[in-house]
Amino acid sequence: MTTTPAVDPLDVARIRKDFPILDRQVHGRRLVYLDSANTSQKPRSVIEAVQTYYERSNANVHRGTYLIAEEATAALEGARAKVARFIGARSEREVVFTKNATEALNLVAKAWGRAHLRPGDPVVLTELEHHANIVPWHQLVEEIGIELRWIPVGADGRLDLTDLDRLLDGARVVSFAAMSNVLGTLTPVERLVAAAHDAGAIAVVDASQYVPHVATDVGAWGADFVAFTGHKMCGPTGIGVLWGTEAILDATPPFLTGGEMILNVTKEGFTPNELPWKFEAGTPPIAEAVGLGAAVDYLEGLGMEAVRAHEVSLTAYALRTLTERFGDDLVIHGPSEPSERGGVLSFAYRDVHPHDLTQVFDQHGVCVRAGHHCAKPLMRELGVAATARASLYVYNDESDVDALSDAIAAAAEFFST
Amino acid sequence: MPGLEDLYREIILDHYRNPRNRGELPSPPAVRVEGFNPLCGDEIVLYLDIEDDRVKDIRVGGQGCSISQSSASMMSTAVKGRTIDEVRALSRAFKAMMSIHEQSLDGGEEGDGEEAVEGPPPDVKLGDLEALRGVVKFPVRIKCATLSWNTLLQGLDERTGEG
Repeated sequence: MTTTPAVDPLDVARIRKDFPILDRQVHGRRLVYLDSANTSQKPRSVIEAVQTYYERSNANVHRGTYLIAEEATAALEGARAKVARFIGARSEREVVFTKNATEALNLVAKAWGRAHLRPGDPVVLTELEHHANIVPWHQLVEEIGIELRWIPVGADGRLDLTDLDRLLDGARVVSFAAMSNVLGTLTPVERLVAAAHDAGAIAVVDASQYVPHVATDVGAWGADFVAFTGHKMCGPTGIGVLWGTEAILDATPPFLTGGEMILNVTKEGFTPNELPWKFEAGTPPIAEAVGLGAAVDYLEGLGMEAVRAHEVSLTAYALRTLTERFGDDLVIHGPSEPSERGGVLSFAYRDVHPHDLTQVFDQHGVCVRAGHHCAKPLMRELGVAATARASLYVYNDESDVDALSDAIAAAAEFFST
Repeated sequence: MPGLEDLYREIILDHYRNPRNRGELPSPPAVRVEGFNPLCGDEIVLYLDIEDDRVKDIRVGGQGCSISQSSASMMSTAVKGRTIDEVRALSRAFKAMMSIHEQSLDGGEEGDGEEAVEGPPPDVKLGDLEALRGVVKFPVRIKCATLSWNTLLQGLDERTGEG
C-alpha cells in the first residue's frame, strides 16, 4: 500500500545544499552517495556544532566549576535531552551514550547477560541480524553456556514467525533488528516485544537502521533495551545510544568502569553513579554528543514522517525503474513492497561479483557497498557470498537512482562475455 | 587517477571468463586447502598433487570476484609443473609486486617493512602474472589478488608439516 504522504515532501534540492560533501567530484563526476546504511553524510549544521563546541566551550564535563566546563556539561546533557525526546524516552536517565551501537549491544550481553543468564538459558535472535547482535551472544555461549535460537527469514526476506511460540518457549532474551541492514526488511517490533514479554524474556531492539529513517517511539515499542548509533543519522562517528527502561538499567551492573561512572571509590570498593552515568566510564564523547544533538535537530527540522515518506517513494521508484530496465538479470533481495522495507537495496547482477560491480560504479562516482554487510548468517540463508547494497537517505533523489541504474548498465557491458 | 583498464586487463578478464585448472582432485592423496577473504567473502579451494617436491597437478575451486578468481587461475598455470622451491620464489616475487604500493602508501620506499627487506628474487620472471600489477593502484583489491597465493603457501606449509 503506497499511500500519498500526508506530509509535505522533502525538498531534496535544498537538503543537498546542507551537505558539503555532495559538492565533491570523484573521478570527474558528481558524487552519488548511496551508502547511508553504512554511514550517513553530515549536514553543515552538525559539522559546525562540533567545530563551535571545540572553539568555544571545550572542557571536561561534570567536574569543572568554571564557565566553559559548565557549558560543556550543559552541551553534553542538552544533547542527551534531545536524543531522549527524539526517541520518546520518558527521561534522560534512560539514555546511555556509548561508542556506537556495537558497544551498546555488547553492554546488554556482557553486563546484563553475564549478571542474569545461566547455563542453558535460551537467547533468541533472528537470521537477519548484524554481527554486532550475534557475536556478543556467541561469547556468552562460550562463557555461560546459553542456548542460541534463531527466528528464520522467509524467501521474501521477511521473518518467518510460524514457529515463534516454540522458539520463544522458556526464552530469557529476544534480541532483533527493527530493520535489516541487508534487506531493508521492517520487522514487527511491537509483536516481537509482546511475544518476548509473554514468554518471560527481555526484548532488545537493534534500531541502528531504523531510528535514522523512521519516527521512533521506544515507549510504544515497550522494549527493555534499544540500541542505535549516531553516525547513520547525520551525526558524528564515535557516539551511539543504549536506551533502556530505568528498571532494567538499575538491574544491570556497570559495563566499563573507571572515572565518571562512580559515586564513591575506596580501597575496598566502589559505589556506581546514578543513571545514566553509571554506564559512561571515562571522559565521554562530548563533541560527538553535541554533533548528535545537532543531527537530531536537523532530522526534526525535516520531520521524520516526511523522511519516511520520501524513502518509501524513492525506494518504490528504484524497485520499479531497475526492474523495468534490467528484468531478470537483476535480482533485488528483500520484500518487494516498498512500505514493508527501508531504502536498502541489496542486489545481484547476473553472475558479476559485487566487488566488480562496485568497482565500476566507483568510476561513475557511485558509492555502493559490496560484501557480506556484517551479516554472514543471512548471506548463507540467501545463498550468496556477498551482495552489492545501495541505500537511500534524505539527500538522495531520483537522479541518484538513475545514476546507479546507468552504472549497473556500464558494469554489465564491461563484464559481458 | 587509475582507470578500470589498469585493473581489469584483458588477460585477467580472459582468466576470469575461462578459468584454467578449475575443479577438484581426489584428496587424499592431493592436499586440499581453503582460503578466505573475510572482507568480501571470497573463498578459494586448492587441490595440490605434489610429487618429488614438484607441483605435479593443481585444481582450483571456490567463488569470488574477477580479481581473486583470475589470480587463482593464473597462479595455477604459473606453478603447475614447478618445483616447490621455484613456486616459493615465484610467490615471493608476486607478493613483492603486490606490496610495492602498500609501502609507498605508508610514506616512502624506505624499505623498513619485512617484505621490502626480503625483496623480489631477481632471477624470477613473473610472465603473465605481471598483468596483475595494476591491482596495486586499487589497494582494497590487493587481498583479492593475493588470496590464492597465500592459500597455496598454506597448503605447501601444511604438507611440509605432515612431512
